[in-house]
Amino acid sequence: MSDLRKSLVLHGGVLVLLFGLQFVLPAYHHGVVARVMVMASYAIGYNVLFGYTGLLSLGHAMFFAAGMYGMGLTVGVLGTAPALAFGVVAGALLAAVVGALALRTAGVAFMIVTLMFAQAGYLTILYFGTYTRGDEGFVIPQAQRVLGAVDLSDPANRYFAALALFALCLMVSLRLVHTSFGRVLIAIRENEERARMLGYNVFARKWAAVVISGTLSAAAGAFYGLLFGYAGASFAGVQYSIFPLLWVLLGGAGTVLGPLVGTLFMFYLIDLSSGVTSAYMLIAGVALVLLTLFAQQGLMGEVRARVWRWLP
Amino acid sequence: MAAVSLLETRGLSKHFAGLRAVEGVDFTLPEGEVRALIGPNGAGKTTFVGMLCGRIAPSSGTVAFEGRDISHLPAHRRIGLGMAYTFQITSIFARLPVLENVALAARRRLKGAAVTRASLAALERVGLADRADQIAGDLSYGHQRLLEIAMGLVQAPRLLILDEPTQGLADSEIADFKALVRGLVVETTVLLIEHNMNVVMETADRITVLNFGEVLAEGTPAEIRANGAVQAAYLGTG
Ligand SMILES: Nc1ncnc2c1ncn2[C@@H]1O[C@H](COP(=O)(O)OP(=O)(O)OP(=O)(O)O)[C@@H](O)[C@H]1O
Ligand SMILES: [Mg+2]
Repeated sequence: MSDLRKSLVLHGGVLVLLFGLQFVLPAYHHGVVARVMVMASYAIGYNVLFGYTGLLSLGHAMFFAAGMYGMGLTVGVLGTAPALAFGVVAGALLAAVVGALALRTAGVAFMIVTLMFAQAGYLTILYFGTYTRGDEGFVIPQAQRVLGAVDLSDPANRYFAALALFALCLMVSLRLVHTSFGRVLIAIRENEERARMLGYNVFARKWAAVVISGTLSAAAGAFYGLLFGYAGASFAGVQYSIFPLLWVLLGGAGTVLGPLVGTLFMFYLIDLSSGVTSAYMLIAGVALVLLTLFAQQGLMGEVRARVWRWLP
Repeated sequence: MAAVSLLETRGLSKHFAGLRAVEGVDFTLPEGEVRALIGPNGAGKTTFVGMLCGRIAPSSGTVAFEGRDISHLPAHRRIGLGMAYTFQITSIFARLPVLENVALAARRRLKGAAVTRASLAALERVGLADRADQIAGDLSYGHQRLLEIAMGLVQAPRLLILDEPTQGLADSEIADFKALVRGLVVETTVLLIEHNMNVVMETADRITVLNFGEVLAEGTPAEIRANGAVQAAYLGTG
């Protein structure tokens, strides 16, 4: 089997598995996996920039929140589908502007600038508390969570919508790494100066990566608000910028499946350890330290290094 | 023979906080030539070629390529016009396979199956075809330099700039390199920075000598060999 075929079988297989899981999972886990798929879509967006392009952003919550609020604040006026689209476009535009400015810096400065932009976004949400209800957030009424004739507040529909989003993001990511554009992103990650001196417009490609990454993150935010019926400022806070970094690091930066694996792992790690002890964050923390010590490339990164060299 | 000038600089200078690394260089490179650029350590050779391909912004002066002023073009646009550059300090994609390194250089002008074909052909020319699937960082230092030359060749450049390409090569590899450069004459112009005088004398059509950032002499290998000032500044000490 060619490497491409192996990769298609593997990633297709994962999607089929996720599809099948909904029929066997108990209600609780059914809900968790739906949530994980939306957050993994967010992580896939993050991975485009961090894992493939080598740019570490500490402000991705602003894109997630742009999608969530872009959808949530307009859904009452525009209706569900246009509001969803509005959220995604809002995230894309924000990414275009932030990318153009933040990419004037590199390395640590880039981390700080993205962090500052996200902080400004968070404070903006608090400042316009009349509309956003600040920290408290707002509930999106069930009547507005109907896409066509599909009620997204129903768990089965919700699972399916989450899977659809995840499948779309996964395919975008998989396609990306096989295009010459995606390969240049990897080249920039590996040796930016060499890539520039091969004649590639490095700035333009990094900017495009920020926009793709921000757009996927915004799509995840918009879906999250719609599927779980809530938008709140905490989703724009710094911890929601750190989460996708952790998920991607754990799952394997620069692997297509890493974001899903990392998100799933982290959700269940916290879930299981909180069942055992109230000091669950301690257990989660120790597990994370062990992983970073012994699986530095993340779970799928180790799989690639040890077993499946062809893993994209 | 009315040679067409491929590259021309006028008054090209670079000052680093008072240090005159390159000073007022007027330089003309006709098409189809192999030109060697020599000079003692710190003479400004790397800085000079860095200004040609846009890596380094000049303090003053102009660069024209094929008669067109490119002084204000960013590096990637200049490469796009047909310059290829290899670094003095080897610069490859160390964690990617050898073939992908070359393919990345090829994909800017080629698509699809032609990329792999051209990449393998370029690797063949530098003698690395059998290592296409290895990780580039696992190659020996000399082979990494040859890989970088392959990355230059695959771009089918109008001007190939090589900064000390033979550094770290074994004697047999240097012999192959000399043959390779001579074979390039029909397809490209070569600007070669080189410390190995044997390589310079055998491959170059003409030689430009830089000293303290200024052009000290220019001429055929025989003329340069006979030039007293050059001997004093450079050859005599080597
Ligand atoms: N970025 C820089 N900042 C300050 N000084 C520099 C810089 N780059 C080069 N120089 C100085 O400019 C002078 C010319 O350097 P350059 O690297 O061009 O010389 P070179 O002829 O390539 O020497 P070598 O044969 O050792 O490679 C040297 O004195 C060097 O120290
Ligand atoms: Mg040098």
